[in-house]
Amino acid sequence: MNKGDVCLTATVIEILLIAILAGIVGSILGLGGGIVVTPALTLLFGVEINHAIGASLISVIATSSGSAVAYIRDRITNVRVGMFLEIATTVGAITGAFLAALIAPNFLYYIFALLLLYSAYAMVKKGKEEIPVNVPQHPVAEKLGLGGEYYDKALGKNIAYNVDRVYEGFGVMYGAGVVSGLLGIGSGSFKVMAMDVFMKMPLKVSTATSNFMMGVTAAASAGIYFLRGDIIPVISAPVALGVLIGATIGARIMQRLKSKTIRKLFIPIMIYVACQMIYQGWGA
Amino acid sequence: MAEQQQASRQDRAAEVEIAISKMLRIGIVLAGLVIVVGLVLFLVTGDSGYPGDTFPTSLPEIWRGIVELKSVAIIEAGLILLILTPVFRVFVSMFAFIHEKDYSFVLISILVLVILALSFALGKVGA
Repeated sequence: MNKGDVCLTATVIEILLIAILAGIVGSILGLGGGIVVTPALTLLFGVEINHAIGASLISVIATSSGSAVAYIRDRITNVRVGMFLEIATTVGAITGAFLAALIAPNFLYYIFALLLLYSAYAMVKKGKEEIPVNVPQHPVAEKLGLGGEYYDKALGKNIAYNVDRVYEGFGVMYGAGVVSGLLGIGSGSFKVMAMDVFMKMPLKVSTATSNFMMGVTAAASAGIYFLRGDIIPVISAPVALGVLIGATIGARIMQRLKSKTIRKLFIPIMIYVACQMIYQGWGA
Repeated sequence: MAEQQQASRQDRAAEVEIAISKMLRIGIVLAGLVIVVGLVLFLVTGDSGYPGDTFPTSLPEIWRGIVELKSVAIIEAGLILLILTPVFRVFVSMFAFIHEKDYSFVLISILVLVILALSFALGKVGA
């Protein structure tokens, strides 16, 4: 093995370690892990933004499928809510792809940033609440059987929950899809917001279901990136493996965390993403 | 009676979930193994099988690379399996919902698949 190979192996291991971290964070917060992978690859490894987004899409798919295995088995994911809302995100993703070609997106960036800041505020207000209480079952939720129940390992008991404001949630999910199509990201913060803030679902169910859904929209974009040659195999391979490992670990950790703790991790990230969007809007 | 209905609905939901969870596990284990094989081969031989930083992006080219045991082609095959896993997940849930006679969700699954196919077709044109 010559010196060049050693460097290459070291780089692969470094990317693998960062990807493990991305998988853990992504699976706990329902964000898919792109939020760690994209800046790490561009800033630390000097990877081009297109290739970083390609790897980030791989990370979103790996987090989604990797964590869903455990979350579905442990019945945290609400599969029915997820599949129902996927209609909104996939249609939104197509809209976003068209919008990206038609208009300057800065106006949209501002709207989405404001929406995120609003929901960060709503989350702060909910800060002390561990599980949602007195949530009515929306008629559509009743008809489609969207309500559910899960066992909370941190609280040590079964939590039954209703699903409220289905139309508003559907609308925000559509927006989440538009953001995915525009930026090529999983837009997990919007997905969690739609379920947690609007549909009043428990936070753990929201992050697990967000993760579950994210793989589908990311897969559609990843196919396009792959054909374009923007998914670099040597970079994406350690990302995929690391994230799969991280997501498996994260799915175990999340169940033992209190929702209050997850919320505390989530709020600063939402504010960060909102600022980033305002900055992008400014630049565009 | 209402309670019984509720319970059977829960059971049926559980069966769909088990089917989806199993499918996802098969997908990621398979993808992960193929990626590991390709990556280890690449690091050990130090040879991607392709000149410079290039790599194939079409299925026939990747298939030829796999037959010739080119490391990067094997990695790409694993990445394709990973990308296809969520799409197969929607497929599997559609059949699971058919089996459970949950027709509103059969319809929802079909709708998602159609939209995905549409977005892929549109993306291909744009790319």
